[in-house]
Amino acid sequence: MSPLLAVDNLSKLYGARVGCREVSFALWPGEVLAIAGESGSGKTTLLRCLSGHVPASSGKVHYTLRDGRSVALDEMSEAERRLLMRTDWGFVHQDARDGLRMGVSAGANVGERMMAVGERHYGRIRATATDWLKRVEIAEDRIDDSPWSYSGGMRQRLQIARNLVTSPRLVFMDEPTGGLDVSVQARLLDLIRGLVKRLDLAAIVVTHDLAVARLLSSRMMVMQQGQVIEEGLTDQILEDPQAPYTQLLVSSVLQV
Amino acid sequence: MNAPAYNFAYLNEQTKRMIRRAILKAIAIPGYQAPFASREMPMPYGWGTGGVQVTASVLTPEDTLKVIDQGADDTTNAVSIRKFFVKTAGVATTEKTEEASVIQTRHRIPETPLTEDQILVFQVPIPEPLRFLEPRETETRTMHALEEYGVMHVKLYEDIAQYGEIATTYAYPARVAERYVFDPSPIPKFDNPKLDGCPALQLFGAGREKRIYAVPPYTRVKSLDFEDHPFEVQRWDQSCALCGTRESFLDEIVMDDHGTRMFVCSDTDFCAKTRGER
Ligand SMILES: [Zn+2]
Repeated sequence: MSPLLAVDNLSKLYGARVGCREVSFALWPGEVLAIAGESGSGKTTLLRCLSGHVPASSGKVHYTLRDGRSVALDEMSEAERRLLMRTDWGFVHQDARDGLRMGVSAGANVGERMMAVGERHYGRIRATATDWLKRVEIAEDRIDDSPWSYSGGMRQRLQIARNLVTSPRLVFMDEPTGGLDVSVQARLLDLIRGLVKRLDLAAIVVTHDLAVARLLSSRMMVMQQGQVIEEGLTDQILEDPQAPYTQLLVSSVLQV
Repeated sequence: MNAPAYNFAYLNEQTKRMIRRAILKAIAIPGYQAPFASREMPMPYGWGTGGVQVTASVLTPEDTLKVIDQGADDTTNAVSIRKFFVKTAGVATTEKTEEASVIQTRHRIPETPLTEDQILVFQVPIPEPLRFLEPRETETRTMHALEEYGVMHVKLYEDIAQYGEIATTYAYPARVAERYVFDPSPIPKFDNPKLDGCPALQLFGAGREKRIYAVPPYTRVKSLDFEDHPFEVQRWDQSCALCGTRESFLDEIVMDDHGTRMFVCSDTDFCAKTRGER
């Protein structure tokens, strides 16, 4: 088996400023990796490079397609990359407004990816959207409502449904529970964990919240000043952090 | 009177050459929005400056021009554009569709079938069909280039979800020659089937947005729809109260203060022809 995503010496510089530096790792099918760090640590920059939203300054990212071919992201045509993004990949933004089409109904939000890959049967789109709303615990009778009428937690769940409808194999998540109430966060994390397991999804979750990393990921990387300073199994890192910075993070956050 | 105050058809030859180049490009790539350097015209935007520039660029002294607005030859907009070309080009004008070689239109395609010898020029306010869901110009260009037209169906999906049917009745999007999705300008969807395989050259000019696009003669134009909600045109229970036809697009007219209504052909020339009154 080859890794789903193979990252080799990836760096992103903004002029003299370092976004992230010399990051290498492999992500395996079905694996959930958390990238933890404080704001400014480079974790979001790394996520944006990995997901093809911004070009890296140097280094390579290889992705293994469904047919087994390995492709370098920077060597794909824009058309191929965009197709990948709306079929085999998902991206869950921290602010659901960035990931949803706020001007159209919830059903249209879920159905859009189906239409983007050529589905032209309204009844089938509708049935699939209904099914997906149920799977993210949104009442069926809210299907024609605008996301503006949804709560923060519902919007986030809608965003997840919108991404998963094409059965992607890899989902990028940028602080998926950020900005939500604690009780809402817990429910959302449970939902994400359940979906990821059931669908055998691989995911890369960027978070400043080690509790999120603990609940969702099997493996994690800790970033500081653009570099990965510690990497390993999530449970091990949280129980026995090696780097002083990680020790500080763990002791300050996980006491709750 | 002998010394013309204007260049033929108002625009100077260099400007016409530039616009004709854009027109040729548009014809070569059916449905593609070719940019052009839109000129100031002696009429406000919204009065068809894009269509006027296209007409001015294709017009020859031998042409016979017809101008319609909402199907009628006698509205303020149609009259002023016709006068403009009579004054600046001295061309013959007509209200009879079959006599015209160039027809400039807003909101309608004539009911009388067009021929290979005719050019139909549309005045277009908003040429970009993707605009309502994607405000960024760079992004809509990429979407056209990569044929990413899924969002067009999002709009149709919304219609059906809200109204039980595709409620878009004007500016109904269509795909030209199985490639570009385009906005056929604010014609009723009743006219969309006339775009398909039309023997006449159809040119679309958007002045404010500086775009020209075209449907060359005999080009496939397919209105977007769903398999289980196929494209349909408007139908009326009535026939035209004046000529009795059941084949034309009808306007509802309020006759008096008591709300008496009447349905009549929007294409006034077609109605007169059917009545045998011309
Ligand atoms: Zn009539």
